Amino acid sequence: MAVFLLRRFLQTLAVLLLVSLVVFLGLYAIGNPAEILLPDDATAAERDAAIRALGLDKPIWVQYGVFLGNALTGDLGTSFVYNTPSITLILQRFPATLELALSALLIAIFIGAPLGLYAGLKPGTRLDRAIVTGSILGFSLPNFWQGLMLILIFSIGLGWLPSSGRGETGMIFGIETSFATWDGIRHLVLPATNLALFKLALVIRLTRAQVRETMPLDFVKFARAKGVSETRILGVHVSKTIAAPIITVLGMELGSVIAFAVITESIFAWPGMGKLIIDSIHKLDRPVVAAYLLVITFMFILINLVVDLLYTVLDPRVRLGGRT
Amino acid sequence: MTALLDVENLKTHFFTRAGVVKAVDGVSFSLSEGEVLGLVGESGSGKTVANFSILGLVDEPGRIVEGSIRFRGEELVGMPVGRMRKLRGHDIAMVFQDPMMTLTPVLRIETQMVEAVLAHEKVSAKAARDRAVDVLARVGIPAPEDRIRAYPHQFSGGMRQRVAIAIALLHKPALILADEPTTALDVTIQGQIIAEMQKLVSETGAAMIWVSHDLAVVETIADKIAVMYAGRIVEFGTAAEVIGAPAHPYTQGLLDSIPSRTTPGQRLNQIPGMAPSVLHLPPGCAFAPRCRYADEACNAPPPVRDTGAGRWARCVRPLVLEAAQ
Repeated sequence: MAVFLLRRFLQTLAVLLLVSLVVFLGLYAIGNPAEILLPDDATAAERDAAIRALGLDKPIWVQYGVFLGNALTGDLGTSFVYNTPSITLILQRFPATLELALSALLIAIFIGAPLGLYAGLKPGTRLDRAIVTGSILGFSLPNFWQGLMLILIFSIGLGWLPSSGRGETGMIFGIETSFATWDGIRHLVLPATNLALFKLALVIRLTRAQVRETMPLDFVKFARAKGVSETRILGVHVSKTIAAPIITVLGMELGSVIAFAVITESIFAWPGMGKLIIDSIHKLDRPVVAAYLLVITFMFILINLVVDLLYTVLDPRVRLGGRT
Repeated sequence: MTALLDVENLKTHFFTRAGVVKAVDGVSFSLSEGEVLGLVGESGSGKTVANFSILGLVDEPGRIVEGSIRFRGEELVGMPVGRMRKLRGHDIAMVFQDPMMTLTPVLRIETQMVEAVLAHEKVSAKAARDRAVDVLARVGIPAPEDRIRAYPHQFSGGMRQRVAIAIALLHKPALILADEPTTALDVTIQGQIIAEMQKLVSETGAAMIWVSHDLAVVETIADKIAVMYAGRIVEFGTAAEVIGAPAHPYTQGLLDSIPSRTTPGQRLNQIPGMAPSVLHLPPGCAFAPRCRYADEACNAPPPVRDTGAGRWARCVRPLVLEAAQ
């Protein structure tokens, strides 16, 4: 276990270093932020001063060296636009995105898993076909279009739910969250649903495939031969068997839901990280973009670690660190 | 004495796209209390399906289309699921072929044994666990108190099969259906398991149906033997009679292909050809195309010929009768 964690830690450092290099080079290639930040009527002297102040006059490897040195001390640079540390900006927006992503994932699991289970147990029935067809729509209709339709139907048409913003937030355990107020929850429903639809389709298909694969196995038959009830076979034997692969995929998806909530956040004006990053890219706010990408990378690594650890709990045959 | 199990004209067919597969096509036999029946045949002869049919465990697209299975006089075909569940594991237990596949990999042995106890009896979890440990000890699992906490993958194949047998014995069933329980094991372990099963069956007085493709194995354990071919029983009799003087040419073929029965250095006898596809059976005797005695008479459905006290063969000219003439 200790060996496993140490090895993982070193891998994490290597990945972060590599990502930082790619990000830095990429941002450098996009363009010079001074062009966008300075007003059109700025004098040459003001220009030079600004460029020097931002450290843009130095050669790229020196800039990268400074960035890396600062990063090691926990300083991922100061936003060109807001003039606050970029990491602070990101962490301020993080709870909003996290709450959106987690809600979406919970919707996907608690609606998707039962539907997938049913479809897997009764393949070929009318309801199974309906579920599978629905999941194909969830996969293939563009996410932004689904979002617009949700607004059109539930906000404009029926007027049930608000279509934009985060609404009123409250504090639970010292964290600012929409779950604290009814207004907040009402605001959360549409964006969370929008973000969940794709994952929902994924969970349905995955669960259905896993159930269909597991049901004909001998141990299910053997459990039946023991006289164990069908409920227990499904609830214990089958569920625990299919949990590991589903958790793995969902772990990956949690990362992507957080990282790519950009579209949903843009449509529903949700004040999360996705909106921040889009704005920062438009303004070539290099430190924020770089910090965001590093944070997201780190988050993916962290989620993978958690999934690996969960795996050992769910599947006793998996042992970490050992070579098989 | 009334029979413990009475199978009559059982037909289990599989409705596939390619056509109807008559896996079991008119099988009849009966079994008394404490009796061991060996059900023998090649792969695809329907022996396993016949066994699964008894407990209603035939998977789609298969189903019992005809016939009756009576257990202690109670009809099992078409029995409501709830009542069947009460019989499964309690009165009729089953041991499967591949011990690597029969235990749920993600659950502890303890969980799987305790649930088997609790499925039929309202006892405390503690009592259920104690019973499980007892039975594990009886089937020869060393240190059962510790080992019961283990997961299936921490056991060897032979040990897993012992666990499966222990589960089957939890409720002292009147009938054990053993589906090739030693086929997937090493030869040395095979011997141990057979001896163990024999001992346990005689101790508890359970009847058993032992399905196997291996006549040599069945010979050591069975009282009676039914030889199956293409979904039908082709020969039935006591173990000594069937092994000692086979009546059906197919049985003789099976016996001849057991290596230990051949003189060393001599070529092993084999039955020519392959077991027929049950989708395209010949109109007459299904074994005729492979039979060295076959002639035109075999193109008609073969009669069931009584070949002496309680034994019979489905053949135009059973070997034992030929020899007597």
